[in-house]
Amino acid sequence: MKEAVLRVFRGTSDAGDLVEYRVPVAPGMVVLDALHYIQGYLAPDLAVRWNCKAGKCGSCSAEVNGRPRLTCKTRMDSLPLDRPVVVTPMKAFPIIRDLVTDVSWNYEVNRKIPPFSPRPGTDWKMSQADVDRVQEFRKCIECFLCQNVCHVLRDHGKKAEFGGPRFFVRVAALEMHPLDGVSRTKLLKEELGLGYCNITKCCTEVCPEDIHITDNAIIPLKERVVDDFYDPVANLLRKLFGRK
Amino acid sequence: MSHPYEIHEHDVLVVGAGGAGLRAAIESLSRGASVGVVCKSLLGKAHTVMAEGGIAAAMANVDRGDDWRTHFRDTMRGGKYLNNWRMAQIHAQEAPDRVRELEQWGALFDRTADGDILQRAFGGHTFKRLCHVGDRTGLEMIRTLQDRGVQMGFHVYMECAVTKLLTDGDRVCGAVGYWREQGRFVVFRAKSVVLATGGIGKAWKITSNSWEYTGDGMALAYDAGAELMDMEFVQFHPTGMVWPPGVQGLLVTEAVRGEGGVLRNRQGERFMERYDPDKMELSTRDVVARAIYTEVREGRGTEHGGAFLDISQKPAEYVKRKLPSMYHQFLELADVDITKGPMEVGPTCHYMMGGVRVDAETAETTVHGLYAAGEVAAGLHGANRLGGNSLSDLLVFGRRAGLAAAEGADRAPTGSSDGGQVEEATREMLAFFERPEGESPYAVHRDLTETMQSLVGIFRNEQDLESGLAKIRELQDRAGRVRVEGSRLFNPGWHLARDLKAMLTVSEAVARSALLRKESRGAHSRTDFAESDPSWGKRNIVVSRRGGAMELTERPVPEPPPDLKALIEAQ
Repeated sequence: MKEAVLRVFRGTSDAGDLVEYRVPVAPGMVVLDALHYIQGYLAPDLAVRWNCKAGKCGSCSAEVNGRPRLTCKTRMDSLPLDRPVVVTPMKAFPIIRDLVTDVSWNYEVNRKIPPFSPRPGTDWKMSQADVDRVQEFRKCIECFLCQNVCHVLRDHGKKAEFGGPRFFVRVAALEMHPLDGVSRTKLLKEELGLGYCNITKCCTEVCPEDIHITDNAIIPLKERVVDDFYDPVANLLRKLFGRK
Repeated sequence: MSHPYEIHEHDVLVVGAGGAGLRAAIESLSRGASVGVVCKSLLGKAHTVMAEGGIAAAMANVDRGDDWRTHFRDTMRGGKYLNNWRMAQIHAQEAPDRVRELEQWGALFDRTADGDILQRAFGGHTFKRLCHVGDRTGLEMIRTLQDRGVQMGFHVYMECAVTKLLTDGDRVCGAVGYWREQGRFVVFRAKSVVLATGGIGKAWKITSNSWEYTGDGMALAYDAGAELMDMEFVQFHPTGMVWPPGVQGLLVTEAVRGEGGVLRNRQGERFMERYDPDKMELSTRDVVARAIYTEVREGRGTEHGGAFLDISQKPAEYVKRKLPSMYHQFLELADVDITKGPMEVGPTCHYMMGGVRVDAETAETTVHGLYAAGEVAAGLHGANRLGGNSLSDLLVFGRRAGLAAAEGADRAPTGSSDGGQVEEATREMLAFFERPEGESPYAVHRDLTETMQSLVGIFRNEQDLESGLAKIRELQDRAGRVRVEGSRLFNPGWHLARDLKAMLTVSEAVARSALLRKESRGAHSRTDFAESDPSWGKRNIVVSRRGGAMELTERPVPEPPPDLKALIEAQ
C-alpha cells in the first residue's frame, strides 16, 4: 500500500511544532481519514474537531499545505504525495490544541444580528425564484474558512470592528428574505464594518459550499448601505415616499 | 482527594443541541424557564445537519387528499404496529404546525407553483408529504432553531459532555460533565433534564452517523434507573456509499429514490420487482435494505459490493437543483457524475428506533423530572421508521418535552444529589489517566464496531447474537482497563474512553433484545425465525437495570381505541 507523510501541528498557542507521521493511503482517502488513522494507531490524543465527515457540518476546517480546507473533502490523491502533507490549524483563530481553534468569537458576532422579522400581515406565500436567491446563503455550513482567509481578520486582526464574510452572508440571507421587514444596514455600517471589505474575493475562493460570497452577498449589501446612507437622491425619495 | 468543579443552575437542562434539544429549549424558554443547553460539539453541528430528505407533515400542499389520519396509518404500518399509537397520533396531528412555525422563524423551504411549501414523495408515505430544502433540510432546520434559541436567550455549554445524571431519591436533579476543551469538570443543578442526545450508530462499522452518536442519553437514562424499549430495532438505511473505502457508509438520501431514482443489480435487473412490486424503490427502508443485502449476498452485487442507484434519466439541471449535495458528494469523493451514471450504494447503520421509554403526552421517562425526545426516545417508530418522520419527531416531541420539563420545574422542589455522586463521576473519568498501562480506547472501539457489524447486523440468528453478547462482555472488561495518554486538554482519546462505556451498555441492550425477540419484524430480521409472529406483535421488550444487572421484560403494546384501530386496518 502507498504511504504518505503528514506533518501535523501539535501543541498549543504557547508552544508547538510540526510532528511527522507515516500513514497508509487507501483509494479515495481524505485528509481527515489520515488524521483519524493517526489518532487510531499513532497518537490517540491528537486533537481534531470533526463531526459528520460528509461536508455538511463545517467542523473539520484546517489548513492543508497552507490552504484553508475542510479536511473531510480534501482527497489525499489531490495532493502531491512525493512531499509531506502539512496540516496546521486555522490561522485567524487562537489555538486550543493541535488542530482545534477557539472559534467562539464567531458566535459573539452572530448574536448582534437582529433575527428574521416577518412583515405584519404576510400570507406566507413565496415564489421559488425569490427563495432561490436566499437559499444560496442558507447553504452556509459555518466552517469559518471565509473568516480564516479574510485578510481583515487574518492579517489585521480587526475582530472588534469587523463581522467577516460569514456574517455578511447571514445578514444577506435576512435582508433578501422575501418576507423580512427590518433593515440591518446601520448594523452593517457601524458594527460589522462592511466598509473594511475591499472585495478581494478570497472568501469566495475558499467556500466549500460554492457560495458567491462577494458577488451575491457583500456587493449587494454594500449597495444597500450606500443607498441608505450616502445617496442624496434616494434619501430625498425616501423622505417623500417612505421605505423600510 | 476532591476535585474542584464549576456549578451552574437552571430550571431546565437540555442535553443535546440537535433538532429535538433546540426545540425543547425554545419551548421551555417560552414558558419562562431558565434553560441551559449542553452539547458535545459546537452549536449548529449536531447530527441533525446531516438530515437530507425532508420533514414529514400532512400539509396537503401537493397531494390534496393527505391528512393526519393517513400519516398516522402510514407510520403505524411502517412500524409494523409496534408503535405507541398515541405518539403516532400526536406526531401526525402536530407536525404541520411545527413546520409552519419553522417557516415563521425564518426557514425557507422549496416552494410549489402557488407559493406554498413543496412536498416530495418518500418510502412508505402514501402521499407526497416531505417538506424539504433541496437535500439539506436538516441544516435549514438546525440553523433556524439555533438562531431562534440564541435570540430568546438560552445558555449554551458548547463542547461539553455529560457523563452522569444526578439523582435525589427517585428524581433527577442535575448532571455532571466535563468541558472537552479544557477537561475541567462541571456540575449542573436542574429541576428538569431533557435528554436529546440522538442514537448509537457509532457502535457499527458501516454507519452514516457522526462520532457523537455513542448512545449517551440511553446509557445515562439507564444508569439513572429509566427504562429502555425496542432496542432490537436498528435501522439500516438502504443507501449508503460503498466506494471508495473512506466514505463507506456515508448517506445517500432517500430523496434520490423519492425523485425517481431506480435500483438495479449487476445484471441490470430492477430487482425491487421481486421484493415489493407495488412500491418498488419507495418501499420501506427495512425492505429495501434487505433487498440490496440479499442481491449482494447472492452474487448479483456491484464490483464493490452494492447495488446501482440511477437518477441520470432525469435532466441534469433537475438533479443538480433537487439533489445538490448528492451531486457534489459523488463528484468530489467518488469521481462519479450522478447526472450521467449510476451510484453504487449499500446498507448503512442509520437510526435507532428504540431508546428511552417515555410517556406519549409529556415525553417524561420512568424517572421523575427526566424527559427524552427525538432519536434517544422510543415509541413513535415501532419496528421501523419511515423516512422524514425523524425531523418531524424532533419538532413535535422536542416541543412537548420542553413544555412538560418547564411545567415540571415549576412544581419540583430543589433537589440535591447525595452520597458523593459527583465525586464518583469525576473519579471514574480520571481513572483512565492513572493506570500505568492499558490498551488504547481506539482498539476497543474498532473491535466493538466489527462485532456489531458482523454479529448484530441486518440479518441475525441465535448463534451470532450469543457470540456477539459474549464479545460485548469481553469488550466491557477491556473498556474498563483502557489507558489514556496525554493531558485533559482537548483529548479525543479520553473522550472516546468515556463514550465507549455508553456504547457498550447500549450495544448489550441491543444484542439481548435481539436475542429475545424470536421473530422477524420491521428492521429486526432473524434468519432462524424468518416470519413475523402475531404474539410478538403484541409485545415490546423493555430493558432496565436491576441490582446492577441488565433485565429484560415483555410489556403489552398499548391497544389503540376502536376508531384508530379501524383506521389502521382500513384498506
